Amino acid sequence: MTDTFYMTEALSICSDAAFEAHLGSLKDMPSWLLDIKREAWARYKALPEPRRKDEQWRFASTDGLSLDPYSYRVPSADPQECARPLLECGGCLDFADDAYIGGRPLYEEAAARGVIFLPLDRALREHPELVRRHLFERMPDLGSEKYQALHVAMFTTGVFLHVPRGVQVELPLAGLHEAVSEGASVFPHTLVVAEEGASVTMFDVFRSREAAARHFACAAADICALPGANIRYRMVQAWSRSSLAFHMNSASAERSSSVDAITINVGAAHVRSEQHGRIVGRGGNVQMHSLTLATGTQEVDQRTLQTHDAGDGHSNLLYKNVLLDKAHTIFSGLIRVAENAQRTDAYQTNRNLLLSPEAEADSLPGLEILANDVKCSHGASTGQLDKEQLYYMLARGLHRSTAQQLMVFGFFEEVLEKFGNEQLAQYVRDLLQESFNAHELLNNSPDAT
Amino acid sequence: MSSQTDDRSAQEKALAVERDVGNFSYETSYDFDAGKGLSERTIDYICDVKGEPDWMREFRKKALKVFNDKPMPSSWASPDLANIDFDRISYYMAKGRPSRSWDEVPDEVKKTFERLGVPEKERAFLAGVEAQFDSESSYSSMKEELAKQGVIFVSSSEGLMKHPEIFRQWFGKVIPIGDNKFSALNSAVFSGGSFIYIPKGVKLKQPLQAYFRINAEEMGQFERTLIIADEGAEMMYMEGCTAPQYETSALHSAVVELVALKGAKIQYVTVQNWSASVFNLVTKRGLALEDAEIRWIDCNIGSRLTMKYPAVVLRGERARGEVLSIALAHDGQHQDTGSKMIHAADNTSSNIVSKSISIGKGRATYRGMVQMPRHLKNCKNNTECDALLINTNSRTDTYPAIVVRGEGNSVQHEASVSKVSEEQIFYMQQRGIPEAEAMSLAVNGFVNDLVREFPMEYSVELRRLIDLEMEGSVG
Repeated sequence: MTDTFYMTEALSICSDAAFEAHLGSLKDMPSWLLDIKREAWARYKALPEPRRKDEQWRFASTDGLSLDPYSYRVPSADPQECARPLLECGGCLDFADDAYIGGRPLYEEAAARGVIFLPLDRALREHPELVRRHLFERMPDLGSEKYQALHVAMFTTGVFLHVPRGVQVELPLAGLHEAVSEGASVFPHTLVVAEEGASVTMFDVFRSREAAARHFACAAADICALPGANIRYRMVQAWSRSSLAFHMNSASAERSSSVDAITINVGAAHVRSEQHGRIVGRGGNVQMHSLTLATGTQEVDQRTLQTHDAGDGHSNLLYKNVLLDKAHTIFSGLIRVAENAQRTDAYQTNRNLLLSPEAEADSLPGLEILANDVKCSHGASTGQLDKEQLYYMLARGLHRSTAQQLMVFGFFEEVLEKFGNEQLAQYVRDLLQESFNAHELLNNSPDAT
Repeated sequence: MSSQTDDRSAQEKALAVERDVGNFSYETSYDFDAGKGLSERTIDYICDVKGEPDWMREFRKKALKVFNDKPMPSSWASPDLANIDFDRISYYMAKGRPSRSWDEVPDEVKKTFERLGVPEKERAFLAGVEAQFDSESSYSSMKEELAKQGVIFVSSSEGLMKHPEIFRQWFGKVIPIGDNKFSALNSAVFSGGSFIYIPKGVKLKQPLQAYFRINAEEMGQFERTLIIADEGAEMMYMEGCTAPQYETSALHSAVVELVALKGAKIQYVTVQNWSASVFNLVTKRGLALEDAEIRWIDCNIGSRLTMKYPAVVLRGERARGEVLSIALAHDGQHQDTGSKMIHAADNTSSNIVSKSISIGKGRATYRGMVQMPRHLKNCKNNTECDALLINTNSRTDTYPAIVVRGEGNSVQHEASVSKVSEEQIFYMQQRGIPEAEAMSLAVNGFVNDLVREFPMEYSVELRRLIDLEMEGSVG
């Protein structure tokens, strides 16, 4: 068999043949990486399928997790048309079906100061030791261990961003991860490391190029702030509405550092979004914000953990979900404060807005506190739009659907404001609007009354 | 350093005083003893001694099978459960038959209850008392005028034998055998507990009280209580419990079913002060029909491990459910408490307020479930859980689960964890209040609004208990 054969054949995603084809395409990779991959593939096959009975899968519909409809092709780096740049940024990496297809190089000023911003496969070749030090050191471990293993076994590339000590990267950097061919599976990996005192902003956009295509995404992002560093990470998940997606993210803050992560969910038929914020050094700070608009029969399954292993840390989580039609969201969050993590401040809030009697919002906000000198709280609320506010707008001649949309945008604005980048915020507002439009089309006459 | 140690031992001494209230036992000989371990023979023994009808014998045997088949809850529950040795437990031990007068109660049993102040309280402020000693009710009495109104207040065995028409209609309906492993165990070997029926429109002015006492070592107490408040009836039930401290562990696994028919109100008050060798694994659930109200007022101070989540099934429109819970977890204790609110009709509302205090290495856990299904309208739930951590190694957890669908339903959940602020203590010390007293004041302030909900006699006792528990525990 020839390499060309591999490049054209679509293989069943869970087959040994797919994994062997994948390995075959990585001949120039360091052997330690191939060992990790082999071990991960064995683990993937050995681990059981998640069951609803498992505490970490409570309320989730695990029967939608079959990978049968998806196939694997060895990524080919055929030059493809790059998408129109989404944002003004200091550098952009564009991927199509897990192959780097171009983008915009890192701006000179940052490159001159030693910032590395490369497709992960190139970074593995050019800076193997640096990548090895951080790669897969911090997986979220929130129930998707089987899919983490699949991700490790099958990933090809993604974003590698390394900011050297003391360097402030002023312009935001971006990654655009697209799935293109019908039934494709992708395994994008983002690894951001800011060394001591460094600072950087990174945007990741995940989407299907064609809205009608169906994709499987098994993605991970690992954001690591070393002492005194500062990272802002924004992630937009906009896979096609028939796709299945896993996003397994970790944000880790060492001494006096901070990670500020925002997750936007508008796409996919079924998305499992895991986010593990870790305070590993004294005075670390992790912010985790999210907004989700779920329509149709979408299921958004969010699992979060805030781990405080060092004292004087601060973490704050705010997850806002809006549900229409027969959508289903699950928020399951836990704050865990270790015995020695005194003087911790940790907060967790989940707000669900139910705009349809057939939608379902599940909330599992948890606390495990082993230290006493802490300020911890969590709040969860589920309710409807304020009737008086709605009435006020209707009385002024607004259509019900317009009034409803305005109020939902108002509800989301609290998170959008935190972007610190108007262009990205507007991009998200447009996505939300598209989602609303799709919903209106589905419900032909939303304004019947 | 040494002053700290002194404080600590002073605290322990202070604690010992109050905990000792139940820590005694008189030598008792039992008329009936099913022996250790659990098999069909145990069940036959219990049925024969009680002279129960065949349907009950079948019910019990079916439950035994369910108990044996069901696995121990493992993914979420405390691993301490694995330390229960079901083969070493005595499932039925009884002395004499229940009597209507304290004079007929066997001496050592009577002495026990006198020392606990039960007869005295009965004279003072209760409408009726039932006292259970190990497996059987020893004393059961009620004011005469209540009997004239048709109120029934007897032990569950007597309820089964004398009032089968009401008993059988509701028994095991709110909590089926297979609800969980321990409800199955209770269904297999239950004995004692109260059966209460309040007729239509009868409103009890004074509470009915039950007092549960474990006396023997390695005893399993499995009381079963069934309360039915007919349309428009109102009642309050209070239960207290103690056991002597043994080296080996005892098991208390009760099932309590409440039925509040249209417009009825039931308040169920528990002050749980088992000794620290008792596993307390209890299933409590109420069924509230149209316009009915069920309130669980629950205080857990004792036991080694308590797992108890009082529930209300809001089956009728406008039904209301409430759980008010105080838990105090000391060194070596795990208070795993909480609540379930199952909304099953439109316009129902529920409220949960839980406050816990963890002292030393104590661990307090809140576990909750609020459920509003698809077809319902305008249901409301409010949940507040506050935890106070006294020492640096105290622990608290909160695990609520909330499922909301339907139209116009809303749920609010708030939880907070804090310690007594140094500023508060400092402020009081500035005004000449000693540190220990200041701490006690702060903690009393923390639970004050809940303590007020307990009947007066209990709230006074609770406050005193908290004062003692808090002494010298600053820092």
